[in-house]
Amino acid sequence: MKHKKVSVGKIIVYLILILWAVTTIFPFVWVLLNSVKPSAEVLSSSFALPKVFTWDNYQNVFESMNIGEAYKNSLIISGSVTIGVMILSAMMSFALTRYNFKGKKIIESLLAASLMFPVFSTIIPVFRMIVKAGLLSTNLAVILPQIAGNLSFATIVMIGFMRSIPIEMEEASYMEGANVFQVFIKIIVPLCKASLSTVAIFSFMWSYNDLFVQKIMIREPKKFPISNLLERISSQYGTDFGLMAASVTMIVLPVMIVYIFLQKNIIKGLTAGAVKG
Amino acid sequence: MLYKKKWPLIIFVIPGLLFMLIFLYLPFVENIKNSFYNMTAIIEMPGTKWKFIGLENYRNLFTDPTVRVAIWNSFKMMILTVVFEVGIAFVLAVLVSNIKKFQQVFRTVYFFPVVISATAIGLLFKLFYNYNGGMLNQILEFFGKEPVNWLGPDTAFAMICVPTIWSYIGFYFVIMLTGLSDISDDIYEAASIDGCSKFKQVFHITLPMLKPVFATCVTLAVTGALKVFDLPWVMVPNGAPQGSTHFLGTYMYQQTFGLGNYDYGSTLSLLIVVMGVLVSWIVGFFTKERD
Repeated sequence: MKHKKVSVGKIIVYLILILWAVTTIFPFVWVLLNSVKPSAEVLSSSFALPKVFTWDNYQNVFESMNIGEAYKNSLIISGSVTIGVMILSAMMSFALTRYNFKGKKIIESLLAASLMFPVFSTIIPVFRMIVKAGLLSTNLAVILPQIAGNLSFATIVMIGFMRSIPIEMEEASYMEGANVFQVFIKIIVPLCKASLSTVAIFSFMWSYNDLFVQKIMIREPKKFPISNLLERISSQYGTDFGLMAASVTMIVLPVMIVYIFLQKNIIKGLTAGAVKG
Repeated sequence: MLYKKKWPLIIFVIPGLLFMLIFLYLPFVENIKNSFYNMTAIIEMPGTKWKFIGLENYRNLFTDPTVRVAIWNSFKMMILTVVFEVGIAFVLAVLVSNIKKFQQVFRTVYFFPVVISATAIGLLFKLFYNYNGGMLNQILEFFGKEPVNWLGPDTAFAMICVPTIWSYIGFYFVIMLTGLSDISDDIYEAASIDGCSKFKQVFHITLPMLKPVFATCVTLAVTGALKVFDLPWVMVPNGAPQGSTHFLGTYMYQQTFGLGNYDYGSTLSLLIVVMGVLVSWIVGFFTKERD
């Protein structure tokens, strides 16, 4: 009797969990299915499997929307942000964990306090700066503020990790005559691989998925990164359902493929700070 | 400390520090200053000097009806994210921690929407909500009902909340699940020997032990709700219909970059900062008090 009760409970638990899993997957499957239908068919029967299979929507996305170019811009921007944040945060956290100096406390408080600045509170003066420097609609206009926006958090994550590295590792090679920079590059950086990859993942994802900064800084449609382009497609071709479905799929698919391979690292990277260890 | 020579510090610290000063601290201070001026143009030209107008922008905050709408919507969004985002995440985490098979699969699936950009999710749901042949109206039609204008004045706010909340549940789910795995099994075992049912265990063991994790999640959820922009902007630009779906972020953007009211935009962005500090302080106050 008791055994039976437990298994009924288990079944209900699994049912609830599967139900939620369906709500998470369904929208993406739906959009994928509809991206290979002609627009009229999306409007009339979006639940059915495609009666007429067509690549037209994708052809549209590539030819008239130039999604390839947008991908290139996005990768350049987010790649540069990632590399910039990794280098700067590794150097800063090295200095803050291995040196005692005047002003160290101040820098640490500056780092912590800057986490409270939402992007809204700095973007107008930064926009002014970018306009003055003639950088509007260049990749740099997005890269620079996004590096700054990720840097404080990345440095704090890196500091936490670097503190846990025993100093003996570097001591030996430093005593043997290697200079600080050699120690940093040859010993510290390889030891920090795990936390550097965490930093890389959230910097890349935040930058890649962000629309706000892209929208403000990139005004020329030819230079649009991916989120910008997507927004434009929606405001101009919002009624072409097939095209919309194909563009959404084009955004979701690459991320999904990367996610399948790196899911553990990605989940760890994006929840860094909230989850210890 | 190991390294005696201090000069390499310059190379290690200065670049990062400069980034922080130039792109965070100086703009932050300038932004406060700007809110007291009438910024006629984004760049001051010889003919268009900015005029000092004191607190005028701040006075406008109190008389502007859209500010009230935006604050109210942001506030409602905070409450809803705490209740549903954190709440559903907690329930799912407790359920998943109680099963042995497929834990990893659920984790992977639930987290997936978090990695998809809010822009893409907004567009996807726009397809669901569309009046002419959107998915929801197709379902209604199938049941012989009249189509609904989902993004109309009555339902738009709720329709924005659904994807916003839905897409981030996986995030809090993972945090909760990690928190749950830190609670030792011995406690649960002792409780069940004492005759405490699974259901009671949740209230008497899991919830109290998970308090710090809840505090983290609630803080992240309310400050996150204050920053929503991408998703509502894609679905209902400029707070459509008639500014009724404005959030603080979208209203700040519209005023600044849509209408060119740079100074008023600066004031609005400061309002976001103040509200952010305020709500984190309130959450901190309540979560600390109960210890």
